[in-house]
Amino acid sequence: MLTLSGVGKRYPTGDRALTDIELTLPKGQVMALIGPSGAGKSTLIRCVNRLVEPTQGSIRLEGTELTKLSGQKLRQARRSMGMIFQEYALVDRLTVMENVLSGQLGYVGFWRSFLRRYPQEAVVEAFRLLERVGLPHAIDKRADALSGGQRQRVGIARALLQSPKLLLVDEPTASLDPKTSRQIMRLIRELCAERDLAAIINIHDVTLAQQFADRIVGLRAGQIVFDGLPSELTSEMLTTIYGEEDWDTTSEPLDDEADDSETSSYQRDLPAMAAGSAR
Amino acid sequence: MSERAETQLTQGQARQQAAQRGQWRRLPLIENPRLRWGLVIGAVIYLVVALASVEVNWARVAEGAGRAVNFLGAFMQPDFISRYDDIVAGLLESLTMTLTSTVVGVLLAIPVGLGAARNISPLPIYFICRAIIAVSRTFQEIIIAILFVVMFGFGPLAGMITLAFATIGFMAKLLAEDIEDLDRRQVEAVRATGASWWQTMNHAVQPQVMPRLIGLSVYRLDINFRESSVIGIVGAGGIGATLNTSLSRYEYDTSAAILLIIIVIVLLCEYSSSHVRRWTQ
Repeated sequence: MLTLSGVGKRYPTGDRALTDIELTLPKGQVMALIGPSGAGKSTLIRCVNRLVEPTQGSIRLEGTELTKLSGQKLRQARRSMGMIFQEYALVDRLTVMENVLSGQLGYVGFWRSFLRRYPQEAVVEAFRLLERVGLPHAIDKRADALSGGQRQRVGIARALLQSPKLLLVDEPTASLDPKTSRQIMRLIRELCAERDLAAIINIHDVTLAQQFADRIVGLRAGQIVFDGLPSELTSEMLTTIYGEEDWDTTSEPLDDEADDSETSSYQRDLPAMAAGSAR
Repeated sequence: MSERAETQLTQGQARQQAAQRGQWRRLPLIENPRLRWGLVIGAVIYLVVALASVEVNWARVAEGAGRAVNFLGAFMQPDFISRYDDIVAGLLESLTMTLTSTVVGVLLAIPVGLGAARNISPLPIYFICRAIIAVSRTFQEIIIAILFVVMFGFGPLAGMITLAFATIGFMAKLLAEDIEDLDRRQVEAVRATGASWWQTMNHAVQPQVMPRLIGLSVYRLDINFRESSVIGIVGAGGIGATLNTSLSRYEYDTSAAILLIIIVIVLLCEYSSSHVRRWTQ
């Protein structure tokens, strides 16, 4: 359904964020995109809906070439791709309902949206989605009055009101506690199954990715270094993606400076990690 | 031996060692001590010399003090009655000028402000709008007022256009700066839904800048009232013209009354504008 071929992105500063990305996403597949910070995960999903312009290659969504679109056509393509953001990106001073209804902006004209006169079906659907994510009582609250998990649910409802074919999800759990993270991932997973949506989820938490995704793609320094099932993601693979680390111990943060032998291996890895973080 | 080693250490290492011994001072703003002290001493010398160069004619001060006492004495008995009609007419003219110029100025400032925000407008439009702001802000209201009085004749029309023109520069600049400080993620999120440029402005930019826009408009209303009484002195109508007339007729009691009225109105504006700004947050 979504096909990326030879996609590359070089920022005007000269930094190469993506090199020759080949990726095909079939309908209904939930794909997790993992990799160190700065590996190009955000750039990749933003290239798909053109919030970032790819500098080479082609991206096709159900036969439409996305990289050539502009104006009206681009907006029509964008509305079929719902995006969910890290830190929610709700418009703080608008109410929950206005935020959800902004998912309709690609469908209604300026004056309708300016006067907040959305079509009745859209309002019905928006409320149904808010019920589905468990926030029907919050319709008139301001977005900044909600907790993190609740805001992310509003963000999800907004993305789904676009009636998308594809969800682009950028670090949905980065600012959430572990329990809420799991709830949000489960919700995204369920909604994708209900609506047969494909999704690309950027995520730092490898355990969550393995648990909730059908497929995992590992990105390092702008290149795909792993593409497979969650069960195929071994410690060696993680080392290839992120650099050396003791992957089998639990997620206690290691204090590198505490131990001398640790420090030396840490410093040995530094050049590789620096390369990984250069975009 | 150890001394020699220390001189070879970089400054950073030296600071780390000092910190280890528990000696730590904040990093100075200007690293080079000679430059740092040079700047301070230079500034002090300039200040002293500048103060010394101001000539004070004590004889003139003594003479003027008498007049000032007369003037202040008049304040003790402000006369609202004898020029009542002139004061009311001037006041109404000033208030009309203030309100109309603020509304017109703010309406014109919004598009200029949008255009002058680097993050949402293309480069050519940005330069044009920044130029408009620069022109409007370069000239003090009085200078603009003199120009418009020459163009449109004496009276409140010249005053209104002057204030509207000054409002554009003030509002557009502050609005543009607020837009440049937007939370980009909110804008990005609305763009990602397929919203058009105008829809993005309405759904992502407007909610973020509205409190500041309202606060600034009320603040500008307050400034425009004060300015309207000043530009009246150069012929642009309003309470300033009434004040100027009374001063040139040596009717200090009437002047005192006018000044008291201005003070009260400015205080009221101040009080209500701080209320409005708190309410919009």
